[in-house]
Amino acid sequence: MTPKIQLIGVKKRFGSKVVLDGVDLTIEPRSSLVIIGGSGTGKSVTIKSILGIIRPDEGTILVDGEDITHIKGAARDRVMKKFGMLFQGAALFDSIPVWENVAFGLIQGRGMKRSQARDIAMQKLAKVGLTADVGELFPVELSGGMQKRVGLARAIAADPEIIFFDEPTTGLDPIMADVINDLIASTVKDVGATALSITHDMASARKISDRIAMLYGGKIIWQGPTADIDKSGNPYVDQFINGRAEGPIKMAVKA
Amino acid sequence: MNPFALIGRSTMNLLAHIGRLSVFTGTALAAIVAPPIYWKMIGQQIMRIGYFSLPVVGLTAFFTGGALALQIFLGGNRFGTEAVVPQIVVLGITRELGPVIAGLMVAGRVAAAIAAEIGTMKVTEQIDALTTLATNPIKYLVVPRLIAAVLCMPILVAIADSIGVFGGYVVATQSMGFSGGTYLKNTVDFATQADIVSGLIKAGVFGFIIALMGCYHGFNSRGGAQGVGSATTSAVVSSSILILAANYLLTSLLFSQ
Repeated sequence: MTPKIQLIGVKKRFGSKVVLDGVDLTIEPRSSLVIIGGSGTGKSVTIKSILGIIRPDEGTILVDGEDITHIKGAARDRVMKKFGMLFQGAALFDSIPVWENVAFGLIQGRGMKRSQARDIAMQKLAKVGLTADVGELFPVELSGGMQKRVGLARAIAADPEIIFFDEPTTGLDPIMADVINDLIASTVKDVGATALSITHDMASARKISDRIAMLYGGKIIWQGPTADIDKSGNPYVDQFINGRAEGPIKMAVKA
Repeated sequence: MNPFALIGRSTMNLLAHIGRLSVFTGTALAAIVAPPIYWKMIGQQIMRIGYFSLPVVGLTAFFTGGALALQIFLGGNRFGTEAVVPQIVVLGITRELGPVIAGLMVAGRVAAAIAAEIGTMKVTEQIDALTTLATNPIKYLVVPRLIAAVLCMPILVAIADSIGVFGGYVVATQSMGFSGGTYLKNTVDFATQADIVSGLIKAGVFGFIIALMGCYHGFNSRGGAQGVGSATTSAVVSSSILILAANYLLTSLLFSQ
């Protein structure tokens, strides 16, 4: 079977700082992979490279076997229709109401009629546990947890084949975080999508993934089924998942 | 620090800026002709850039026309040429002051607003979100602002020209003893089509500069609130300087027979 997403030797540097140093990663269709790793290890850069927001210096990115590393314009727009993404800060458009945020990709990206897109947006809002009257509000009127739900509804609005989650639980209280985790797990299954998430929240990672990969030093240093994460035998992974200050990973703490 | 390193670094920075700006301009111009066209966004921007700039542009034009008339009258008094007030006012306003004053006022209002809005969208990942929703941010955000600014500025300047001349007329007839009819006749007889059209051409170019600088600095803002703040400042400063530089260039191009 063709992997849904495949990264081969992806490298990216900013100035003299090497962020990705040959990342190899394969994501099977309808699986859910979580990339874990400390802050500044290139998790976001990995996702943005796949989305074409950042151009990698070297390496190849395949989606459904198609090389998308260097495509632009209309070809890029066509591939982008396979994707949905939930951003860390939700990244809702603050000048338009909630329902229009959810319907945005349908109206602007796919040219759907507003009335029809609105119906779909309301269905998706219901799916993430929000009522129709929330649809009329503006994003600034919502709490952080509700914004995340709207972001999730927007990400799944166009029934994407691939959904990215960027730190889905960051900034939420533990209970709301768990609610969002459940929502992510159930909606991904519902839509039948392939999911790629990045997080440093281990509780979240365990809950929403069936495979975990750890990014360190610009490379994937371990990957395997979620069930195996506690017996990885990798000292870096052990240090990270147990959250210990002591270990092979040295944090750059400025004096 | 080594002074040569400093010179080298600032030169490299400047070149990088010019390079980035050129690429940005090229991408934006290419996006203007490619579908889809967001008509609703263009309409919204025409309201914001054109319509809401009317009071500010009108007021400054009025006072500028009035002050100009006063200066010419007082200066002309010294060698007995105060009768040319209407002619000089209409020439000064249509050729230079109308477009430049309107350009600078709109730069302060609009370039700042564009940079702040797009900069905030950038740092809160809303621009990345557009990409993931299969919407090209250049087409959706930059193109409507460019089109609206280039369309609106000549109209704003035409209005500023009329109000500026009117400002001169009010001062001349109220405090200098000009007769209204003579003043208007001299104004209309003296102004040529070239005077007015040259000002409107300038206005279109200034509109392009304003929208481009607002968008460019917004798209390149980094960090949080501070990044957006400095993007806003850069947008106003750079568009004002470019307007004045372009004004000189256009004047020398348009009036060199």
